[in-house]
Formats: sequence, C-alpha cells, structure tokens
Amino acid sequence: MALFGQTFITGILIGGIYAIIAIGMTLIMGVMKIINLAHGALMMVGMYVCVVLFASLGLHPYLSMIPAMIILFGIGYALQKYSIDRVFRIETILPESQVLLTLALGLGITEIIRLIFTSDYQCTYTPFSAKCFYAGGMSISQPYLVGFIIAMAFVAGLHIFLSRTDLGHSVMATAQDRDAATYMGVNAGRITNFTFGLGTALAAAGGAILLPIYYVFPDVWHPYLAKAFIITILGGMGSTVGALSGGLLLGVAESFGATYWSPGYRDVVGLIIFLLVLLFLPGGLKKVIGR
Amino acid sequence: MAEIKTMAKKSWFLPAILGIVLVAIPPFVGGYIQHVFILIMMWITMATAWNLLGGYCGQVSFGHAVFFGLGAYGGGLLYLHWDISPWCGMITGPLLAIIIGIPIGLICFRLRGPYFALALLALGETFRIVFTNWVSVLGGACGVVSSRTWGAEKLPYYYIALAIAALSIYVVYRLMHSKLGYYFVSIREDQDAAEALGIPTTRYKMYALIPSAGFTGLAGAIYMNYMAYIDPEVVFNLAGVSIMMILVVMIGGAGTLWGPVLGATIFIILSEVLRAVVDPIVGLPVSYLIFMVLACLLIMFLPDGIIGDWGKIKRAFTRKKPAYLGGE
Repeated sequence: MALFGQTFITGILIGGIYAIIAIGMTLIMGVMKIINLAHGALMMVGMYVCVVLFASLGLHPYLSMIPAMIILFGIGYALQKYSIDRVFRIETILPESQVLLTLALGLGITEIIRLIFTSDYQCTYTPFSAKCFYAGGMSISQPYLVGFIIAMAFVAGLHIFLSRTDLGHSVMATAQDRDAATYMGVNAGRITNFTFGLGTALAAAGGAILLPIYYVFPDVWHPYLAKAFIITILGGMGSTVGALSGGLLLGVAESFGATYWSPGYRDVVGLIIFLLVLLFLPGGLKKVIGR
Repeated sequence: MAEIKTMAKKSWFLPAILGIVLVAIPPFVGGYIQHVFILIMMWITMATAWNLLGGYCGQVSFGHAVFFGLGAYGGGLLYLHWDISPWCGMITGPLLAIIIGIPIGLICFRLRGPYFALALLALGETFRIVFTNWVSVLGGACGVVSSRTWGAEKLPYYYIALAIAALSIYVVYRLMHSKLGYYFVSIREDQDAAEALGIPTTRYKMYALIPSAGFTGLAGAIYMNYMAYIDPEVVFNLAGVSIMMILVVMIGGAGTLWGPVLGATIFIILSEVLRAVVDPIVGLPVSYLIFMVLACLLIMFLPDGIIGDWGKIKRAFTRKKPAYLGGE
C-alpha cells in the first residue's frame, strides 16, 4: 500500500511540473493551431539561463526563474515574429512545413547551446535538493513538493490572467476564432507573438523548477517535449484546465508504469496513452470537462 | 495535365544520361566517394518513398524511421536468432515494414494534418524504446552485429543501392501517372472534396503507404547489409532518420518526382562537405548547426523546395532590381 501511495504521490508531483511546461505549449497551439516543437529546446535554454545565474551569482533556480522567464519571453517573441510568423502566412503544398520549421529551430538552438556550454551534464546542486520528509511510510521529496506548489501557483495565475484581464481575453478570443477576434479589434498578429512569448516563458519556469531535481544538458528536452505534446493532445488544445488534468494524469500513469511494469518502458506508457487519446477522444479531456 | 505528359516525354533524355554516368563512374573513384554515393542512393530511396506518402498524398509522416528500422531489423533479427544471411532481410525487411505498416495506416489515417504527424512521431518513439528495452527478442540497445559479405569492397553495395533507388523512382513515376496518382493528389489538395467525389480516402492512403513503407524498409535492409551493424538508437532515430527524410524532401521539393533525388544529393554532399571541410576550419562542430540554419531559411523562403519553387528562384535572378536582393 505504501508503494502504491508513493507511486501515486510521485506521479502527481511530477505531473504538476509537466503540466506547467505543457500549458505553455497548449496556449501556443490554441492560438496558432500548430504544434510548436521548439518548445522543449526553449525550456532547455531557460534551464541554462538559471545554470549561468547559479554559477555566477549563486542564485537559487527558484529565484533565477524570473529573469529566465523574461529572457525567454523575449526569445520566444522574436522567434515567432521574425521566423515562424513568416511561414504561417505562406501557402505551401504541405502545411506541416510550419511544424518542421519549429523543429529545425529547436535543433538549431540546441546546437548553439552545445557550442557554448558543451554536452557536459550540469546541475545546480543545493543542499535542499536531496531533502525529503516521511509520512505514513512514504517519502516525499521536498524539491518535488515545492516545485509542484510553484507550478500550481503559475497555473492558477495564468488561469486568472486568461479569464479576468483584457489581454487574457484577447488571447482566448484569438484562440477561439482568429478572424472574428480580428473583426472585434484584436490585433491577432501581436497577440500571437505575445502568446508565443508567454508560452515560452512558462516553459522556462518549468525548466527552472526541474533544475534542483534534475541535471541539464543540451538534449535534455527530448522527453519533455514528447510529454508536453502528449499532455496538449490529452487535455485538448488551448485549455489550461485540460492541460493541468492531462499533466497530472500523465504523471500518475508514467509513475505507475515505471513502478509496476518496467522503468525502461516509462515513456512508452505516455506514448500509448497519447495514441489512444488521439483515436478515441480526439477533443481531449477538454471535451469531457466541458470547459 | 497534358502539359505534364509532354514534359515527361522530353525528360527521359536527362535521366538516361544520368543513369549511364551513375553506372559508369563509381568504379573509377575512391572508396570514400563510393561510400558517399551509396549513402546518396539510400537516401534517394527513402526520400522518394516518403515523398509518395507525404508529398503526393499529403500524409506527412514524422515517423518513417519505423519502416526504416523494421526494414533493417527484418534481416537483423533473422541473423541474430537463426544465423540466416542478412541478405534475406532484403525480402523480410520490406515485408515486415509493410505488415506493420498496414495496421498503423488503418488506425492513424483516421487522423488529419498535424495529428497524423504527431501520432506517427509517437509511434516512432514507441518503437525505438521497445527495441531498446526488449533485450531477449529484439537484441536491446546492443543492436545486431553481422558481417559484410564483400568485406571492404563497396561497389556491389553501390549497384544494389542504385538499382533500388532507380526502382523506387520508377514505381513512384508509374503510380503518379496512373489513376492512383490523381487520387493521391486530390486527397492532398482537399480530403473532403475527394471524399465527396467518391474516393475512399483511407483505402487510397493505404495504397500510398504500402509502397512507401516497402521502399523505406528496403533502404533499411540495404543499410543493415552495408553497415553490418544496427542499433535502435540509429535506425529508429527521430532527428536522424524521420525528420531528415522530411527535410531532404523539402529541400528538393515535395510532390515532385525529382525533388527527393535532388534533395538527397544536396543533403549528403552538404553534410559531408560541412563535416569534412567546415568543421576543421572553424575548429568547432558547427556542421549540424549550419545545416539546421539552412533548413530554417529554406522552409522560410522556399517552402516548396528547390524544384517546387524553381520559378521563384529564376525570377529572383532574372528580374533586375538592384535595390532588392534575394528574398521572395
């Protein structure tokens, strides 16, 4: 029973961290209707910003998260404005060229980081990293718990932003119907750039939360990208609540897969869920929740 | 379409000369150049196969590494378990790719656009992880090591690869000049309209997938025989196989017969030149970065590829506007 509880709690905690990375992606996908495969690479850049700040100023990743988010907002904004937006407007034989462009951008960014920092593993080790406390025979890791709480705070903040502010309403309107939003006076192009920046900043926050738990190297993002788009599809695109529930679900499912099946197949669990959702629940959890 | 037919008649001349050159030249060049030629032929086969499903039929697959890997493992597993010559893989590989491809197609063709692309991406990763972890049956991360039939001699491999590349181009040419070709293009252009006209789209997508999977598997089987070593991280690689196949086709021009050929040639030569010449000059491993930057620029400025946007390139050079260089 303790093993079951342990597995469940670990799954929930890591799922919350996945959710914040995925919410960035789901926002972008909601507004642009394309899958942004550069998302993971941008998260990795955010992690490196934190690593640099930790190495030079000794700033804890939870604090350096804020400058990292600001920098990544700028990078995301610029990428969207000067590169992706261009392809967004062009008619081609294969509309998937946009997805491919984001992937090429992601791989290019990875190479730039590799040139600067080499492929070595880096980490921001703080005494806090290894701490955990015990409750009912289960150990709960402190960085996971704090990370989960920060992630939930961001999700709540984002939800308030999207449902209470004018800018948030514009984002939602653009996601729901681009043309209609334009007729209502929303500058859809600028909102798209903003959303891309915001989504990227959230990915950077997710990366910073991961740092005390995990190490970083230029290719660290591959599994997180996969998880992010699994959650995006699972939750239904453009839905924060869907992404949150999808993230928690994926975290728990993976955790159970790793405990009761085999740690090697941990990632397969997510991919199988993904395929099943695509086939049997195409609208994602959004349809079920009704939001 | 009449215009295309007359163009096709005239264009027999160039491939014929190209074919003679490709048969005649390789015996007289060094081993490294022969190796590059083999790679080019392999990639032409893969790109042509991808182009049939992705370029003509519009079903952009981000997971063709599945078929490549299965093609390679079709022979590799026979060798691993029963010590059967990997050359049998030339038959079992494509067969395995097709057999696995049919259920994949039946399930995933219900999805459209980016969802289809992502589903295959997920499948590709699933195959990679399963082949890495299932040690007892599939060999696991160690992969399969076999021996090369002709030792260091590369020429036989080259001629086999050349024959298969030529066959793949021929098959795609014949398909696209039959009724099927029009069906494929109609599905790409507007699936709903195609369905409304009475085309059973899923069935015709399957007709595009089967040769596509088969030829990709065949390329995998050649790879297995030529390299004499495969492991899941290489043959099921997402960035190195699945994505590269798409980029190669996009460089040349998706939905054109010669686009994949041009794309594969440029891709292999460029990556070899970058690695052999540019990296030592700069002193850093920049070749992959340069390649990705070029890919980004290409998608941004020539989204239909070199052959697809040939008119655009010509205009950029012939129209004399001193103040305006490059761009659109």
